[in-house]
Formats: sequence, structure tokens, C-alpha cells
Amino acid sequence: MAIESRVRISDTAGIVTARQQGRTLALELGFEGSDLTVIATAISEVARNILDHAKSGEVIISRYQHGGKRGICVIACDTGPGIADIEQAMQYGYSTRNGLGIGLPGAKLLMDEFHIKSTVGLGTTITMRKWMH
Amino acid sequence: MRVPILKQGDYLIASVQSVLSDDDLRLLRDDLADRVGRFRSRGVIIDVTVLDVIDSFATRTLRSVAHMLKLRGAHTVIVGIQPDVAFAMVQLGLTLAGVGTALDLEEGLEYLNGRSHRLHEHRAFGSREEDRLGHPVRPTRHTQEHHALRAHEEDEKKLFSGHASPRSLDYGH
Ligand SMILES: Nc1ncnc2c1ncn2[C@@H]1O[C@H](COP(=O)(O)OP(=O)(O)OP(=O)(O)O)[C@@H](O)[C@H]1O
Ligand SMILES: [Mg+2]
Repeated sequence: MAIESRVRISDTAGIVTARQQGRTLALELGFEGSDLTVIATAISEVARNILDHAKSGEVIISRYQHGGKRGICVIACDTGPGIADIEQAMQYGYSTRNGLGIGLPGAKLLMDEFHIKSTVGLGTTITMRKWMH
Repeated sequence: MRVPILKQGDYLIASVQSVLSDDDLRLLRDDLADRVGRFRSRGVIIDVTVLDVIDSFATRTLRSVAHMLKLRGAHTVIVGIQPDVAFAMVQLGLTLAGVGTALDLEEGLEYLNGRSHRLHEHRAFGSREEDRLGHPVRPTRHTQEHHALRAHEEDEKKLFSGHASPRSLDYGH
């Protein structure tokens, strides 16, 4: 298995592929048990947001090492409409389309690190990491 | 992949066989709505044992399937949510509020049986589900006979359609 995997998200099959790739790489990195499901679920949320809110984009999953820490890094990027108010979008229950509004805050809860960069008209990039404990 | 739906007496059993795309989930919802009407089913069991992820979309869909089937007169019970999946759902803050859940198929069937007893009681006499002391009302002879009759009819149907009893079926984990 490659140390990095890129999955194009333009339909629901892409979401399924992304979370399967995430699970596979996480397993290879030594994650186990519920961590695998937690990582796959977080990937599912950000990949779905790409499809729902930006139509298409990419999820890049890679191993990550920093200092003595090892883990998995997930980047979800798109060139969609962007998010005007990130703070609002991160609020639990906030949704612009009648969703549960759980995707973004949920993914943040599931992972150890969560960064979001977004510019209206240019797109959104989410970087999240989970560390091996 | 389309989810196979099995008719089992008064109930329908949908066993999710693989990872579901959003389209599969929508198809499942439409198929169930259609069949609940056609077979006049009282309960639906959705077996999600093989699902490795239940995210916000899947939760929303399962919830709306259950609510829609309720409007069509059938109770839904979701069975087989794996421990890791349940763990992730809790962390996400996802709940299946208003939807029945049970550990496995067997308990799912028990859950629905319990419900339909009470439903019969309710329908036959317009009574509450509990008596004044809060004890669940036992099925009366009338409803028991009714059940026996239905069970008999179902057995006959099964003989002709070649359906086996729930426990001898392999649901493909
Ligand atoms: N990639 C994206 N591009 C543009 N807007 C986004 C993107 N991701 C999220 N958003 C915005 O942030 C809001 C909150 O996202 P979140 O995932 O929390 O909820 P949701 O997708 O609306 O519903 P849910 O995920 O619970 O089904 C969205 O309604 C949308 O307006
Ligand atoms: Mg979302």
C-alpha cells in the first residue's frame, strides 16, 4: 500500500473509496479497534461535505510524522464556493441545507487535530490528523 | 448494491450486504415503502451488521426511513450496529432517536413481536398500552387467537413460498 492515497470525490462511490482507503492506511500504520472506525467516519463526513457543498474535490490520506509522534493525515480540498463564516459552520447543529449540521464539528471531535482554511469563491481545505497513542 | 428485502410473516427484513452508497440508501427507503404497502407489513428490521461506518448522512437516512415507514403503519428496528460504529456515532453526537434498535435479528424480532401484541390490544379495545398500575397489558385470549390464526396463515404461506423460519436463515454476515 502506498504511503499516500488520493481519492477524487465527485460521486458517492468516491466517499466510500476514501473511507476504505483511510481505514486501510490507518491499519497499516498500526491504528486498531475503534480508531479505525473513527478515522473512516471523519473521512466520510469531510468527503460528503465536498460532494454536498462543493460538488467535487479530493481527499488525500497520508502518514504523518512530527517529532516523536506518528499518525495519519487527511486533507480534504475543493475549489467550491468556500465558507463565509467558519466559526458559524463549525457550530454543532449549524447547516445551510437542512442537514444535521454535525459533519464539521463531528469530524473535529473524532480527530486529534482539525484545521480549516476557506476563501469564499476559491474553495475549502480541511486538514485533520489523528495520532497514534 | 441493492439491499435484498425478505418477507417474514408480518415483517420485512432488509439485510444490508455491503457498504452502501447514498443512492443505495435511497433505493432501500423506496423499496421498503413500496413493500410495506404491498405486503401490509407491521414491522421492518434493517440489519446493518456489515456497515463499517454510520455517518451523519446514514443516520439521517435511517431516521427518515423509520419515520416514513411509521407513517405507513410499520415499526422499524435497526439491528447489528457494531460496537466500534456505535462508539464513533456517540462521539459524533449522532442518535437514532425515535427509532427502535436491537442487538441482533433475534432481538429485533422479539422487539417487533412485543410491539405488535400491544398494537393489537390497542386496536381491539382502544385501551392504553399499560394498565393503571403501569403494567404492560397482556394479550387477551382474543388477541392470542388472532395471533395464532395469523401465524397459521403465515405457515401456510411459507409452505407454498418455500420460506424457512427466521432462525434457520443465513443472513450473511
Ligand atoms: N467543503 C465545503 N464547501 C462549502 N461549504 C461547506 C463545506 N463544508 C461545509 N460547508 C458549510 O458548512 C456547513 C456545516 O457543515 P456540516 O458538515 O457541519 O453540516 P451539513 O453538511 O450541513 O450537515 P450534515 O453534515 O450534518 O449532514 C454546511 O451546511 C455548509 O454550509
Ligand atoms: Mg456535512
